[in-house]
Amino acid sequence: MFDLPHHIIVILAGILAGTFTRYTLLRVDYRQYPGYPHAYLAHLFLGFIASALGSVAVPAILKPDYAAVTFLALAAQQFREIRSIERLTLESLEQTELVKRGLDYIEGIARTFEARNYLAMGTAFFTSMAAQFFGLAWTGAVAVAAVLFSYHFMEGAVVGDICEVVPAGFYFERTVLMVDKIGMMEVGLKEAREKMLKDGLAVKIIPKDANAKATIHDLGQRNAMVFTASVMIGVKKDIDTPEYTPLARKNNDTGEVGLFIVPVEKDIEQLIAAVRLTPVLESASSKPLKSGPGLRAVKKRR
Amino acid sequence: MGSLTVGSILAVITLNMDQVSGGAPIFFARDEEERERMARYLGRILDAMVHDLENGTYIVVRH
Repeated sequence: MFDLPHHIIVILAGILAGTFTRYTLLRVDYRQYPGYPHAYLAHLFLGFIASALGSVAVPAILKPDYAAVTFLALAAQQFREIRSIERLTLESLEQTELVKRGLDYIEGIARTFEARNYLAMGTAFFTSMAAQFFGLAWTGAVAVAAVLFSYHFMEGAVVGDICEVVPAGFYFERTVLMVDKIGMMEVGLKEAREKMLKDGLAVKIIPKDANAKATIHDLGQRNAMVFTASVMIGVKKDIDTPEYTPLARKNNDTGEVGLFIVPVEKDIEQLIAAVRLTPVLESASSKPLKSGPGLRAVKKRR
Repeated sequence: MGSLTVGSILAVITLNMDQVSGGAPIFFARDEEERERMARYLGRILDAMVHDLENGTYIVVRH
């Protein structure tokens, strides 16, 4: 093939597969994080560097130049930097956000950006390995397998997996906004109450088990659902109308969460889809059912 | 939006002068219509939320 030295082909194969992995994962990001052209380019390039590092490791080990492999540790350091850069960017944007992402969501996004570079690096490493020891067919097979693995590995759970999301009725009990018996907030202005009744939408999020209950009770997780919903269907809130702030509050007794929003696009189907598609945050996800004491407590209650 | 003011009562609008005193600026309204209007203006001006205590008094709070 083109008379290239073998190690160049090995490295090239790894870089191609790794960068492609980063590219496919970036496309998944569009829903959650605006793909500004510059940020997009920056991440693609970082993915390229990650895959270069991953694929160079193979000839380095074989040479054998073990010192060269230690730069992988340096790379890890670099990519941790990506996490803090992402976090800083999103945190500073947060100040001018009408509906906040919330720190948990930001942390989740930042961590994902870091991890995806490792995936690109891993893909590159294994593809180079295949290129080094086996033929072209194997290289292709390993590359495809690694890309698919990365794609599915990083997909993660969404709220729709662990909860039912159903339309809910809302009304005012005197001046307190209620979503299916869940008290949301006290609204003093008559004008605001009338507008909320006319233009508002509400859903109820019913956890499927106690794990899900613990997860959606996390404030960061609720914030993330509210944020996704307001990105997808808009909010009528402005800086001087905090009444129209979308909210998610829980029913202390049943564990259900009510979500209320005054959307620009009044479409209940879209709202349900938005809430269902919200990723389950790593920091919010908890599994009390898997722990011994938690399990006993749950059994006793049943 | 200074974080200092978050969660504090920025203004009180009331019909019952004898029920309120102290800290926050207090505005006396002659009737419910005026109270509603004043509360709306103050809420917009201060970028804050109006709450009804249901005893004739509204408070403006920034959350």
